[in-house]
Amino acid sequence: MGKYLEMIRIRFLMMLAYRTNYYSGILIYSINIGAYYFLWSAIYGGKENIQGLSITQMTTYIAVGWMARAFYFNNIDREIAIEIKEGKVAVEMIRPYPYLNMKMMQGLGEGIFRLLFFSVPGMVIVSLVFPVDLSANAETWIYFFISIIFSFIINTQINLLAGIATFFLFNNDGLIRAKRVVIDLFSGLILPLSFYPMWAQNVMGYLPFQGISYIPSMIFTEGFKGSQVFEGLFNQAVWSVLLIIPVYVLWTLAKRQLVVQGG
Amino acid sequence: MQNIIDVQKLRKEFKSFSSRSGLKGAFRDLFTRNYTIKTAVDDISFTIKKGEMVGYIGENGAGKSTSIKMLTGILTPTDGKVVVNGMNPHKEREKFVKTIGVVFGQRSQLWWDIAVQESFRLLKKIYNVPDQQYEVHMKDVIETLDIGPLLDKPVRKLSLGQRMRCELAAALIHNPPLLFLDEPTIGLDVLVKLKIREFLKRINEKYGTTILLTTHDLSDIEALCERVVMLDEGKIIYDGPLKELRENWAEGKQIQFQFSEAAALEELQILTKEHLVVWEKGESDLIWVASVDSDETVISGVIGKVTAAKKIADLKILEISTEEIIRNIYVEGAVRHG
Ligand SMILES: Nc1ncnc2c1ncn2[C@@H]1O[C@H](COP(=O)(O)OP(=O)(O)O)[C@@H](O)[C@H]1O
Ligand SMILES: [Mg+2]
Repeated sequence: MGKYLEMIRIRFLMMLAYRTNYYSGILIYSINIGAYYFLWSAIYGGKENIQGLSITQMTTYIAVGWMARAFYFNNIDREIAIEIKEGKVAVEMIRPYPYLNMKMMQGLGEGIFRLLFFSVPGMVIVSLVFPVDLSANAETWIYFFISIIFSFIINTQINLLAGIATFFLFNNDGLIRAKRVVIDLFSGLILPLSFYPMWAQNVMGYLPFQGISYIPSMIFTEGFKGSQVFEGLFNQAVWSVLLIIPVYVLWTLAKRQLVVQGG
Repeated sequence: MQNIIDVQKLRKEFKSFSSRSGLKGAFRDLFTRNYTIKTAVDDISFTIKKGEMVGYIGENGAGKSTSIKMLTGILTPTDGKVVVNGMNPHKEREKFVKTIGVVFGQRSQLWWDIAVQESFRLLKKIYNVPDQQYEVHMKDVIETLDIGPLLDKPVRKLSLGQRMRCELAAALIHNPPLLFLDEPTIGLDVLVKLKIREFLKRINEKYGTTILLTTHDLSDIEALCERVVMLDEGKIIYDGPLKELRENWAEGKQIQFQFSEAAALEELQILTKEHLVVWEKGESDLIWVASVDSDETVISGVIGKVTAAKKIADLKILEISTEEIIRNIYVEGAVRHG
């Protein structure tokens, strides 16, 4: 356990060393949120609510979605791809720890850093400028935090899959880029899933992506009520466990190739 | 004494795939791919005892790194048996790797962006080293390698020599009984090399650390190892004391004459026709080298004849260098015994 905490700490320090890179990031996120706010204001026109969400809930949904993204988003897919290409993963085999767990911890260190230095100040700025409704309800906050931990787990497992795929694809930059677009679209970051046509909603119900952004954002805006909250969390928990299977299978195949062919 | 490393008929083959040409070829590649098999390590057997320092030498592509990777559990053998520290490196990976230290000269194992001491701290946690042991042991390592002033610098800001010393310290944080070094001195200047050699000698004496060292720099081996294992195209062509290698191969001596006036080959050959001598011209007409057997009568005979007939400015008797011996061995392809 100590080694995992240490790894999180180290990654946190690394991010801190490059923190100036993040100030511009806060600005970009704020501009993004602002653009969506004006877009939605125009769409709402005088309407009270659309698909059960008021304009304030909508703004909050967008703001929270982006700020949560700062926490669950990480670059470990690309890092793994680079480490595979450079032959570093082979050398990692001489360390007495499971490589993927260590990678996940690095992602977590990165996430915690951004949550503190990016999401929190970003959220303060955004809520001063736009009508964002931060819930006063402690329970909502607790469910939201549980939910973004699941977001992190699901998103990171998908990142692990994309990274490990480098072993089998000559060049998977394209795959990694496509994966990002798919996640931004299908997770509900840009548009709440309830706005998609019914058939698309049905399809997405069978995919893990809604657990990344839609569910925590709906919990935070209190768009989910009562049992919907628990259904959402349950859905996330199921995917967090289910995704272990493909990660495990792909990693086992990758390790076999690694030890037989030297990467 | 117990064997730390026991390798029997160890073999590693790599498949290298080639692509067929054209669209049709690419389509066929989807189902069956052409490949050739490259045998990087070819049925080698050897054992290493506790406390030995062994030099593992061979030209580029001889299979040194591939052997080390199998011994450290990074690669699985195609065939054969490997027992290191009483374990199969693959079967018990996490337990096994705690008992070894590894340095790859061409690959950094430290974290690039953070201070060296942060890497050390992380490794200390990873290897579960108790504070007490860490303090005592690492203080010594840091002093001997003289890396104290480097500890708060990020690895990317270190020179190669500085980085290499830190890598070595990092590989020893858990004070492993067995250390693998793959080309640890590659690209380093002489002073750093000397420091590293001194350090290795010291930990070998102090802790009885067994060391297996690959290099193509023979001066490392001469400074450190009594035993060498020599590899060529995946096969062991010599395994024994360095001293014996020298004796068997450097049977001869070289006598270098520097004459006051130019000499010619025929002239010298006629002068020494009673002895078995091979004459070679040195850098100029004035310098000639006679290769002879290490036999007193021959040596003094040749010197006597030549000095009696010609004026001499300088005279040297040279041992054949290990470098030259190794080159001879590779040229002849196998080791002469006895
Ligand atoms: N992963 C690999 N795939 C295919 N061939 C390899 C691989 N690794 C090494 N080889 C080949 O095996 C031989 C031995 O390589 P190596 O062990 O790296 O030699 P050395 O370390 O002695 O220079 C070389 O011919 C090399 O090209
Ligand atoms: Mg090598």
